[in-house]
Amino acid sequence: MNTLQLRAEGISFAYRDQIVLNDIDLAIQPGELVGVIGPNGSGKSTLIKCLSRVLSPQRGRIWLDGRELASLSAQQIARTIAVVPQAVELPPGFTAFEIVMMGRVPHLAWWQNETVRDREIARAAMEATQTWALADRLVNHLSGGERQRVVIARALAQEPQILLLDEPTAHLDIKHQIEVMELVRCLNRERGLAVLIVSHDLNLAAQYCSRLVLFKDGRIYTSGSPRQVIAPDILREVYGVNLLVLPHPHTQQPMAVVW
Amino acid sequence: MIKTQSVGTRTHASQQKLTYPLRAHRGALLLGASGVLVVIGAVAATFGSVAIPLDTLAQMVIAQLPGAHIVATWTPTWETILFDIRLPRIVLAALVGGALATSGATYQGLLRNPLADPYLIGVSSGAGLGATIAIVFGVGAIPLLAFVGAMGATALIYALARAGGRTTPTTLILAGVALGAFLSAITSFLMFKNDSAFRTHQVIAWMMGSFALSSWQSVATMLPYLVVGWLIVYVNARVLNVLQLGDTQAQQLGVPVERVTMMLVAAASLITAAAVAVSGVIGFVGLIVPHAVRLVWGPDHRFLLPMSALLGATFLIIADTFARTLLAPSELPVGIITAFCGAPFFLYLLRQRKESLV
Repeated sequence: MNTLQLRAEGISFAYRDQIVLNDIDLAIQPGELVGVIGPNGSGKSTLIKCLSRVLSPQRGRIWLDGRELASLSAQQIARTIAVVPQAVELPPGFTAFEIVMMGRVPHLAWWQNETVRDREIARAAMEATQTWALADRLVNHLSGGERQRVVIARALAQEPQILLLDEPTAHLDIKHQIEVMELVRCLNRERGLAVLIVSHDLNLAAQYCSRLVLFKDGRIYTSGSPRQVIAPDILREVYGVNLLVLPHPHTQQPMAVVW
Repeated sequence: MIKTQSVGTRTHASQQKLTYPLRAHRGALLLGASGVLVVIGAVAATFGSVAIPLDTLAQMVIAQLPGAHIVATWTPTWETILFDIRLPRIVLAALVGGALATSGATYQGLLRNPLADPYLIGVSSGAGLGATIAIVFGVGAIPLLAFVGAMGATALIYALARAGGRTTPTTLILAGVALGAFLSAITSFLMFKNDSAFRTHQVIAWMMGSFALSSWQSVATMLPYLVVGWLIVYVNARVLNVLQLGDTQAQQLGVPVERVTMMLVAAASLITAAAVAVSGVIGFVGLIVPHAVRLVWGPDHRFLLPMSALLGATFLIIADTFARTLLAPSELPVGIITAFCGAPFFLYLLRQRKESLV
C-alpha cells in the first residue's frame, strides 16, 4: 500500500516580480483525494508545476517521502509522481498506444527497450481508462474527451503513487466529466493513489474530494472538508460573487449555485 | 513495431483508415532502403567519363576480396577511376547525405519545428564564415576552419539562447537566425572586400556544395565525428519522441529536458559540421528528407532517424551523379541539384498528405 507523502513547506514562486505562490504549506497524505480550487490566476497550475519540479520555488522546500524534491532526478520523480496536464495538445502522428507507452519512459534506462511487461502495463492502463479500443488510432483523430483519457492512461502507465491533475475536466461534456472523476475516485480508492486535482468546478470538486484547498492570490485562503470550504461567505470573499449553497439531496455534500 | 506485437486482437476502432499503411513493417523497410542504397551506389559508379558496365564493376569489386580469383578484363586505369575517384566520392556523398538528413531530423524533432534544419539555426553560417576566412586569407585548411566555424556558431547560439534563463526551442531558433544573419554579413563583407575574382568564385562554389575534391582521406576525416554524433542521436530516439509532447510534459515524464537538448544540439551540430567541412554547404537534404519520411511513415524517431539517413544518402548519391555528369566535363554544384529536385518533390508530398496531418 502507498505510504508516500508529498509535502510543500512554505514554498513561494514568482515569475520575475509577480508573485504567484506565496508561502504555501500543503501536504498530500497517502490515499487522499485533495481538490485545489480558486479563481483564475490564483496559482493553482503553478502549484502543480512546482510539485512536479517543472518549476523550482524560490523559497521553501518540497519533500517527497522524506527526501527533498530538488535533490531527485526528473526520472526518479516521474516514477512516483504522474501529472495530467491541462488542455493537452498531443503531437500529431502518434497512435494512442504510442503516447501511453511514453508513460513507461521513466522506468527505462537509456539502453533499455520496452519489454512485453511494459506493453502489458500500458495495455492495462488503457483498459482502466477505457481507451484500449483507441489504441491504434492517431491521437490527432481523437475527440477531446478521448485524448484526455489517453493522457490519464499515460499517467497510469507510469505506475505512480501520486497523481496530480490540472483541470482534467475542462473542455469535457458532463458525461465525460463524470467518467473522468469516477475513474479518479476509483484509482484513489482501489489502488490507494494519492490524488491532487485542480478544478474550476466547485461542485464536482465538492462531490469527489475528501478535502478542499481554496487558493486566493497565491495563498491558501482556507482548507478543510467540502462542507467547511464551500460556504457562501467564503465564496463571496474569494470569488466576489454571491452564491447559494445547498446540500446535495443524496450525498449531503455542498453545492454552490447561482441565484 | 510496438503496435503489431502488442495489439493481439485488432479492435473494431482500428478498422478505420490507417494513415501510415506501411508502419507495421519497419524492419523490412529499413532493410529494403539499405538494399536500394547499395544498388544506387553501384549504378552511380558506372556513370562518368569512362562508362564501366555494371557486371565488370561487380567483378572488379569482388576481385579486391582476399582469395578471389578473377581474371582482370579491365585496365589499371579503370581501377584507379573506380577505387580512387568514384567510390570515395559516392561513399562520401552517402555519408554526407545521411549526416545532413540525420541532423535535420534531430533539429526538427528537438525544436519541434518542421522548418528547422542544420542551416536554420546558424550552423552553416558559422561553417561558411570559417571556410571564407580560409579561402580569402589563403590559410588553406578549409575543412578545419569550416568545422571550427560550425561548432563555434553552435556554442554561441546555445549561450545566447540560454542567456534569458531557460533554453526553449523558440529562443534557440531566434538566436540561430539572428546569429546566422550576422555571420553571413561578415562572410559577404569578406567576399566583397577581397579583390581576387578567383577566390570569390571559390567561396561561392564552396557555399553551393561539391564533392569534386572527395578522397578516402575526406571519408576518414569525417567518419569519427559522424559515428559519435550518430550514436548520441540514436540512443536518444525515444527521448526525442517524448520531447514532441513539449518541454513541460517531457520533464514530467522524467526527461531532463535541458541536458538532453544541449546534448542533442551538440551532436546534431557535430554531424553537420563534419558534413559541411568535407563537402561545403548542401541545402535541402536536411530539410526535406526527414520531413518526407515523417509525412509518409509518421513521427516515431526510432524509425524516422535511420530511414532519413538511408534515404538522405541515396538522394545525395543521385544528386551528385547528376552534378558530375549533366554538364560533363565541367561540374555543377550539387546544391543546385538538391534544391531543384527536392523542392518540387517536397511540395508534391505536402499536397498528397495535407489532409491526414491536420
